[in-house]
Amino acid sequence: MTGRTPQQGFDPQRRRFLSAAAAAAGVTLAPGVTLYGVTAAGSAAARAPEDPVTSSVRWGLLVDVNKCRDGCNACVTACVEENGLRGNGRPETDAQWIRKVELRDPSTGAKRSLPLMCQHCASPPCVDVCPTGASFRRADGIVLVDKHICIGCRYCMLACPYKARSFIHEVVEDQKPYAPRGKGTVESCTFCVHRVDEGRTPACVEACAEAGGDAMTFGDLNDPNSRISKQVAAYVTDQIRPDLGLDPGVRYRNL
Amino acid sequence: MRRTTYREITGQYVGFYGLMAGLGVLILLSLAAAWHMEHQGHHVTGMTNQIVWGMPHVLAIFLIVAASGALNVASIGTVFGRTWYKPLGRLSGLLALALLVGGLAVLVLDLGRADRILVAMTTYNFKSIFAWNIYLYTGFMAVVVVYLWVQMERRMNRFAPAAGLVAMIWRLVLTTGTGSIFGFLVARQAYDAAVLAPLFIAMSLSLGLASFNLTLAATCRGTGLELGDGLVSRLGRLLGVLAAVVLYFTAVQHLTNLYAAEHAGVERFILLEGGVFTALFWLGQVLLGGLVPIALVFTLPAGRALGRVVLASILVFLGGIAQIYVIVIGGQAYPLVLFPGKEVQSSFFDGVVMSYAPSLPEITLGVGGFAMAAAIVMVGLRSLRFLPESLADAALDPHHRAAATDAEEKAPA
Amino acid sequence: MGRRLVLALLLLLAPAAAAAQDSDAGRVPLPTIVKGKGEACVADTAYMRRYHMTELDHQRDETMHRGVRTRKFSLKECVDCHATLAPTGGYVSVNAPGQFCRSCHDYAAVTIDCFQCHAARPGEKETKRAGAFPRTAGKFRQESEVQ
Repeated sequence: MTGRTPQQGFDPQRRRFLSAAAAAAGVTLAPGVTLYGVTAAGSAAARAPEDPVTSSVRWGLLVDVNKCRDGCNACVTACVEENGLRGNGRPETDAQWIRKVELRDPSTGAKRSLPLMCQHCASPPCVDVCPTGASFRRADGIVLVDKHICIGCRYCMLACPYKARSFIHEVVEDQKPYAPRGKGTVESCTFCVHRVDEGRTPACVEACAEAGGDAMTFGDLNDPNSRISKQVAAYVTDQIRPDLGLDPGVRYRNL
Repeated sequence: MRRTTYREITGQYVGFYGLMAGLGVLILLSLAAAWHMEHQGHHVTGMTNQIVWGMPHVLAIFLIVAASGALNVASIGTVFGRTWYKPLGRLSGLLALALLVGGLAVLVLDLGRADRILVAMTTYNFKSIFAWNIYLYTGFMAVVVVYLWVQMERRMNRFAPAAGLVAMIWRLVLTTGTGSIFGFLVARQAYDAAVLAPLFIAMSLSLGLASFNLTLAATCRGTGLELGDGLVSRLGRLLGVLAAVVLYFTAVQHLTNLYAAEHAGVERFILLEGGVFTALFWLGQVLLGGLVPIALVFTLPAGRALGRVVLASILVFLGGIAQIYVIVIGGQAYPLVLFPGKEVQSSFFDGVVMSYAPSLPEITLGVGGFAMAAAIVMVGLRSLRFLPESLADAALDPHHRAAATDAEEKAPA
Repeated sequence: MGRRLVLALLLLLAPAAAAAQDSDAGRVPLPTIVKGKGEACVADTAYMRRYHMTELDHQRDETMHRGVRTRKFSLKECVDCHATLAPTGGYVSVNAPGQFCRSCHDYAAVTIDCFQCHAARPGEKETKRAGAFPRTAGKFRQESEVQ
């Protein structure tokens, strides 16, 4: 295998350990169980499917803006494909969970291109304002909408500083089984929670690596040995709108 | 002073039922509009992922804010003991209830999942000002019902000042809550301001009184109830004062923002370059909804006040809609600043001033809220004794104000 | 006159309409229960009939808020097992008339909200993956070989 691995977010050392563990588990346990045991590898402690998420993990994403190419849309395409976000050709009402933003400094002319999605804040305004508690933050830091109790008031969309949320304006059909979405509720990037719970990285991160960009690193910010923690510790990184004090889980480098 | 006697409205069958039928049609149309939006999804409206709240919210907020202010007259009568306003307390309470029901109906029918109203009533996040408002609104209804009861049930009359005080405090809190829906939005350049709470209180006082004046004038015209010029002049001048208070808070809001370079962009947008929003602000709210009605009510010709006061009330009413439109829609149309000092561009309209065109279903839904409020008032007037026998100045007895109040208060049932 | 005529017509037609309904064996057709894959459901039929929604509701909160992804009462598993193959290829929606969920719910006159958001067909990946996650497992194997 080449040096490029699709799972960029993971720390090689732990991976080695877990691979060994996986081999052992594969011998002793039934395949179904093995699966989850192995694939929960991304977290500090491998999580069995019956175990709830805990705050010992904080999922985060680091975007190296220098490596993000202007005009490359691989992350966006992957997100649309993964989560079944087929639009209706109406850009004003179609959902966008991740978008590429082009920045230009008017005084110097310097340009930047970066992906923007739900920043999975530690103190998310969308969660604060939601009247029913449908907007919530999972213990591991992933901010989600519980569409079972979302009443579609859209107050969270007004509150979000990143415009990360979309309201579903039309009937949705042929959803992905792992990404339910329906008319009249609000949604946003889930960090591909269904993949994360399996121990995989979000679709955008994988696509970025496959496209050769390698601009996105996903992992556990609470684990000092994770690749993302090491990078965040080694380099200066930025948050978007740090003045708001929301402590987003998505960080940017070379912004 | 003679005891005020109240009555239902009777007779006038053609006019009454004709008007009721008209309102019924409007209400049915608004239900059809809501069903259409619900069935097709919100893409049939002018609302988008950028302008997430539209015309239904503008009109619903107007109704809710006006509901709180419609209680002005009752408060002045029972809490502050002004005899001029006392006979109007019941109508004031009825109108407050009706406006609130109309506003909430619009708000609820616009929800993406209006079918989940039970979820909204049973699942709460108490950190959300929106969740608090659900309590403030339903609580307000309960408080006003009790307030009406103690006013209308003679044995309970002695509790009217206490109930009035509770109702007055409640509505101040309620409007604070409504203003805070925007005031608490930390991320938006146009909101995130504490002054929005007192601004909304001022708006509620002014818009509520304008709605009350119009309701009163229409009722008196429809029923032939005599309306004294002295009373009308008082209501008119009070409206002028309240409209001036709104202008004051509006000035504070914009001046504070103008001082901070950070907010220069949004201020330039609303005050200078916002096109329809700028026009609505200066011409709609400030000139026609503020300065003109103030001038009208402070130059009332003696003996012929009614026409001018009605005109001033209509202007304040429309100016209020313009103001809420500028706050709600204008505040969203101005792009969210994610990267201060940078030019941004994306497929999601980052950095773009959004345009909004209210669609027919949205407007129909909103208008239905007003029709519902009017219908509730009419049914109320017909079935219970909300209206005094006379509102002629002589019946209100301006000369023995204090003595009359005491006598009325202490009179045994 | 006109009104009386209509009334007479109605009186004449009423017994005929009733008879027509009676002959429609049982009026509401009994649901056709499509058999799922595998030997048996995750719990016995009587229990599932009565409590499937309780279990689904419980599971939904566990999965949504706590990230618990056990498969026993997962809606996705229900769909995977109970969806039938269409003669033209692919799966039929369990929410389609006559299919597993719909037939019973139509009979009981209870609307189903689930499929306004949830997929009512097994996903492509699910069919490929069934039983194991070859893709992920393979990846880990590869890496251990590299080490």
